[in-house]
Amino acid sequence: MKIDLSDFGKHAPPRSNGELVFDAPWQGRAFGTAAALVDAGHFSWPVFQAALIDEVDADQDGDYWTAWLRATTSLVHDLGLLDKPQLSERRLELAHQSPDDH
Amino acid sequence: MSGHQHNDPDDPALRVRAIEELLVEAGLVTTEKIDSTIHRYEHEIGPLNGARVVAKAWVDQAYKQRLLADGTAAIAELGYGGAQGEHMVVLENTDEVHNLVVCTLCSCYPWPVLGLPPTWYKSVEYRARAVREPRAVLAEFGTTLSEDTTVRVWDSSAEIRYLVLPQRPSGTSDLGEDDLVHLVGRDAMIGVRLAGVEI
Repeated sequence: MKIDLSDFGKHAPPRSNGELVFDAPWQGRAFGTAAALVDAGHFSWPVFQAALIDEVDADQDGDYWTAWLRATTSLVHDLGLLDKPQLSERRLELAHQSPDDH
Repeated sequence: MSGHQHNDPDDPALRVRAIEELLVEAGLVTTEKIDSTIHRYEHEIGPLNGARVVAKAWVDQAYKQRLLADGTAAIAELGYGGAQGEHMVVLENTDEVHNLVVCTLCSCYPWPVLGLPPTWYKSVEYRARAVREPRAVLAEFGTTLSEDTTVRVWDSSAEIRYLVLPQRPSGTSDLGEDDLVHLVGRDAMIGVRLAGVEI
């Protein structure tokens, strides 16, 4: 077999999986938020993983990053880091802002 | 953004923003930390790291032995490690055995060497079919193995993450480590393709 290196994107190695790591910016924020919480010691990756498995299982055909976000949200509630009314209230506030407000 | 005055409070983008804002205001995380994490996974941590591990194993027999004996330690020699890569097991493909990695429960994946998993790896279809009919899945990736080759499917867990050491393509004996790196694609390190047949 003859290998032609030019076919393999010599100057563009597969740094990012050959596809976008995140399809939308919010997915990156969801990932980064959970990672920052782990990094700050609020919960461990195995604990997050267990929550993620539950969320993926609850909605098998659903979107992966939405499940990720639900896992983060439920852990943040369960651990008492934020309370539910606080989060609902902030969501409504943000929903009523016009795009120019931020 | 549509420019509508009222947005859907169930929009995930808005839900993420709400939770991030509140966590930052409570002093639990920082925006800078979130930004830097995203940046690292978009630009630094990815399958190129795993490709360097594989290429080194192809040219350095002693390294390969260390890699197969203790994946985590040998990968750390190249400076890769951390979250979701604490317990790495490296699976060597040979003429006799072809290894394929899946996570049947969710998306466990060795981040330090492969970055974040591709969409198909997280799909319910791959998670189910890789176990049930691995050869059919391999064929859809264009990978056809000899009937004599045993296919082993490995289910990742929260504890153990796998990296497949693909076979070095034939006709590459004159290539050095730096050139070989470019023959090692992400999919070969998951086991759905062979090295040297992608990107």
